[in-house]
Amino acid sequence: MFGGSLNSERQMTTVSSVAEPAPVMKATKPSFWQGDQFFRLVVLGCATLVLLVLGGLVIAMGVGGLQAFRVFGLDFVISNVWNPVTNQYGALAPLFGTIGSTLIAVAIALPLAFGSAFWLTAIAPAALAEAVGTAIQLLAAVPSIIFGMWGFFVVVPFMAQHLEPILHHSFAHTPGIRWLVHGAPFGTGLLTGGIVLAVMITPFITAVMRDVFLVVPPMLKESAYGLGATRWEVIRRVVVPWSRAGMIGSVVLGLGRALGETMAVTFVIGNANTIGWSLFEPRNTVASLVALEFPESPAGSLKLSALLALGFLLVLISFGTLSVARWFLREKS
Amino acid sequence: MGATSAPGWRKNPLATRRRASDLLATGFGYLASALLVIALCSILWTLLSQGVAGLSLAAIIRPMGPPGSHGGLANAIVGSIIQTIMSLVIGAPVGLACGIYLAEYGGTSRFAGTVRFVSDVLLSAPSILVGLFVYLVLVAPFGHFSGLAGAVSLAILAVPIIVRTTEDMLRLVPTAMREAGAALGAEKWKVILMICMRSAGPGVLTGILLALARVSGETAPLLFTSLGNQNWSFSLDKPMASLPIAIYQYAGASYEDWVALAWTGALFITFGVLAINIVVRFGFGRQKS
Repeated sequence: MFGGSLNSERQMTTVSSVAEPAPVMKATKPSFWQGDQFFRLVVLGCATLVLLVLGGLVIAMGVGGLQAFRVFGLDFVISNVWNPVTNQYGALAPLFGTIGSTLIAVAIALPLAFGSAFWLTAIAPAALAEAVGTAIQLLAAVPSIIFGMWGFFVVVPFMAQHLEPILHHSFAHTPGIRWLVHGAPFGTGLLTGGIVLAVMITPFITAVMRDVFLVVPPMLKESAYGLGATRWEVIRRVVVPWSRAGMIGSVVLGLGRALGETMAVTFVIGNANTIGWSLFEPRNTVASLVALEFPESPAGSLKLSALLALGFLLVLISFGTLSVARWFLREKS
Repeated sequence: MGATSAPGWRKNPLATRRRASDLLATGFGYLASALLVIALCSILWTLLSQGVAGLSLAAIIRPMGPPGSHGGLANAIVGSIIQTIMSLVIGAPVGLACGIYLAEYGGTSRFAGTVRFVSDVLLSAPSILVGLFVYLVLVAPFGHFSGLAGAVSLAILAVPIIVRTTEDMLRLVPTAMREAGAALGAEKWKVILMICMRSAGPGVLTGILLALARVSGETAPLLFTSLGNQNWSFSLDKPMASLPIAIYQYAGASYEDWVALAWTGALFITFGVLAINIVVRFGFGRQKS
């Protein structure tokens, strides 16, 4: 390819040198290899590579999971049987766990992130805001496996000994939500997974939300303060309406991260392919099921194909979510 | 507002409600921020209290071994260093070039918009999917796990971070500098590489360091690509040990010395990652402003 264009370049040079009388022009004409065109091709190629990685990822998962989709058809998505012994695979239980733990995580993370972004931008003195802001950024940088270990050795015992018994005693006879607190308080389970995920995604959401709050024109805020509004009223009536799209984007971004998180969840979710109302019973997520079962799935087996099909479903869910997040974050900026 | 309000504000239910809701929201803001700081402190404290116990010279110089054999983490540490450096060797040029394209060539064109969007999506893509993808492309066809596959999967995670910072930093370079370069007769690639990139240098380096911090703690993609290794392994063609995988194997084990080593490894990784972040934030941040 390069050779071809190199030749045509040379030809062009000769043609133009014949047409143009001034020989000086010919001398300054850069050759292809050191010229701008080559550099442009290189950077354009790298940009295309990024597109190819995403495209290849989606296609590879789809092709890899084709066998499972062929064998089980739609049953793969609506069956909750995951039995390697009988070679029966259904994705409903891990999908339930993924979506359930993510919803719990977002339900906890949203108010926390909003509260701390509010505190950082409107309440805290500058020096303190910088220190706490740095701490929150550092929390966001902690590797996910550390969250998993911390969850396993700190949060799980806390849940088993304190929070779950308390919740159980308080709500065991409350109609409507008694099923949620049903089950033995082992500490591992959907709720614990959701809480660890929440701690993990809150710093991300806080950071994006703070940036979104900071671009609200100061004139608007100061006008509201000038009219006698309280800080809460300024946030509620001026900042939130102005940055609504960005706030939604930040939350969906956190949601996207929680959906695909593997290590933090694998340690604390309990790893049981079940579906039910109880928040205390062990469940499983798509990502942790893939991580756990992959070592026992020989190449070419139906099980590996089923895991790749799970990966394909995760691609659809998380990339869909992330695209929505980027769209919301794009609109304003 | 309390002190300067009109006399008798206590009897005004509206003012009372406004004051109460403001107090409530302020209190909640304090609470939320405190909870996040407490979570960070709890993680760091757990790491320190559990990890320091297993901290010894043996942990740094001896390779992994069976329980009770006084093994260390040396091969995992070396494996992690090899793979992260390789991932930057692969990922940094691609990320830099892509960032240059977006800032200097792409502009607002549709293609550039798509690349930017895809790169942003990859920025928070589940790392386990990247691992599966590299498994399908670089492990399954060759029939064996390899350190190179691990490095490639980490590179895929590093590229979007580098793309984003490179583009942002290049956009901060004033157009006048480009024009000055062009006026001296420099070609565009010379202007970009020798003027713009030099001026954006510290910011671009920040992006590469942040990418290093991000990938050095990644576990999920390595499970399917470099697999881990109990022994020394320096060949990129063979399964290679890494610190996150060692932690993953050891933390869930029921042997006390393995769990202690897992904490020690976790201590190394976390403080390494946080140190990079702090250096980037304070070292480069101060310089820029």
